Amino acid sequence: MPGRRIIDADEIRRAVTRMFHEILERNRGADGLVLAGIRTRGVPLAERLAEQIRQAENIEVPVGRLDINLYRDDLSERPRMRIRPTTMPVDVAGRTVVLVDDVLYTGRTVRAGLDAISDLGRPLRIQVAALIDRGHRELPIRADFVGKNIPTRQMELVRVRFHETDGVDDVSILQRG
Amino acid sequence: MVATTSNEPEVFPGNAAQVPVLRRHVLDLDDFTAEEITATLDNAAAMRAVLERDVKKVPALRGRVIVTLFYEASTRTRISFEEAGKILSADVINMTASASSIEKGESLLNTGLTLQAMGVDVIVVRHPHSGAPHFLARNLNNVAVINAGDGAHAHPTQGLLDLYTARDHLGELAGRKVVIVGDVLHSRVARSAVWGFAKAGSHVVLSGPPTLMPDPVAPGGWGSAGNNGVENPLANVTVDTNLDTAIEGADLVMALRLQSERQQRGFFPSLREYIRRWQVNDARMAHANPDALLMHPGPMNEGIEVSSSQAHGDRSLIEEQVTNGVAIRMALLYQLAGAAVAEN
Repeated sequence: MPGRRIIDADEIRRAVTRMFHEILERNRGADGLVLAGIRTRGVPLAERLAEQIRQAENIEVPVGRLDINLYRDDLSERPRMRIRPTTMPVDVAGRTVVLVDDVLYTGRTVRAGLDAISDLGRPLRIQVAALIDRGHRELPIRADFVGKNIPTRQMELVRVRFHETDGVDDVSILQRG
Repeated sequence: MVATTSNEPEVFPGNAAQVPVLRRHVLDLDDFTAEEITATLDNAAAMRAVLERDVKKVPALRGRVIVTLFYEASTRTRISFEEAGKILSADVINMTASASSIEKGESLLNTGLTLQAMGVDVIVVRHPHSGAPHFLARNLNNVAVINAGDGAHAHPTQGLLDLYTARDHLGELAGRKVVIVGDVLHSRVARSAVWGFAKAGSHVVLSGPPTLMPDPVAPGGWGSAGNNGVENPLANVTVDTNLDTAIEGADLVMALRLQSERQQRGFFPSLREYIRRWQVNDARMAHANPDALLMHPGPMNEGIEVSSSQAHGDRSLIEEQVTNGVAIRMALLYQLAGAAVAEN
């Protein structure tokens, strides 16, 4: 599907840099921080944020991977048949968990992610980071850290590609076909 | 709580891994493709991680109703399905033939229609007659049917949990030597395991008393070339009634439950002879591969088909099979629910 590229690799890099600064600023450093990437493309984003924090602060922030399919409320609408393990290298109890996803849209994925984290333990707090916030929320959920706000129409699709998953870094807007 | 401590490098699937697994019923493994088997085992691995948590509950199947309809005694399979359904937040109702209108003579079809009319989403059925689950599946339009064992025909969820357990320890199953020992002729567990391992590319060797082996030359049967030249996935299945030679170089040995009534019906002379020639014991396992594994579907006659030392030895995966059975059934229940939605 050909799309209109709206963000290139350099802009993604700058957005991620700004996000990691904001995460550290809000939390006064990286102590007690855990990044939880929502599969699939929240994971490479979380790993990039962790890498930047490691380079800047010399602190290893643990990165978990959440598969939220078992927590979705829209099995009835969009059956997702492949489930992958949820991994969390540390106990989330008493920590600040930053839930990381590529696109924030209806908020339903984040809602499922909140439930998935709650089943792993009781964190001190949960924050939400998304590379793209495209609006059209259906739940009272907002992002704490946003790479870029992109106004969209509901007819459109936002496609984020990362080098790790797709071989290229960019963000495009596609028309729903 | 730590969900898992493994931090293996992440492999990102391409779009191919997102191809949905869509089937309405699970009746046998003969109509599963190798890809669908792999996908189901992968999903089961994710379910296994849920089983290892403190909070063993996810909301995936909230509001769905599963009935276990058992016309034969069973503990592990029925409880395994019940636990799988409950962990996924489905409502599970257990129905046994002895405490229901089945005792008053209600037919299988009418029982099925009644359950369908009550809005049941999945019927898990075990029946002494081969083909009973297929019959239900053909006659019910709005219910998914899972075969939990039908006569001497098939036990697909057992076959899948055997494959899962084997893959978990052996990795690649293609080219592995799998020896299935015992009453293969009457065993639905063996039939499903044979289909599964054959499709995974393993070399399956059947062993046991000659009277309890399937006929290798029956048309379209075990190890034959198949009908009308169609490639038979069972072509790589062989029979060797001498367990001492059959077990040479085996990567996996699966012992089957021996039902004592088979002896009364003359299939083998005595339990003593069976034990002497076909029991999986230390001396025989010494001829398998050094790291060969032992499986048994249960319930086990310890000291008959397997020696106590092997049943509880380092190579035994018998208890792991039970745990993995819950994960496999969770994966199948989840996949059937998704398929039902996709269809409507």
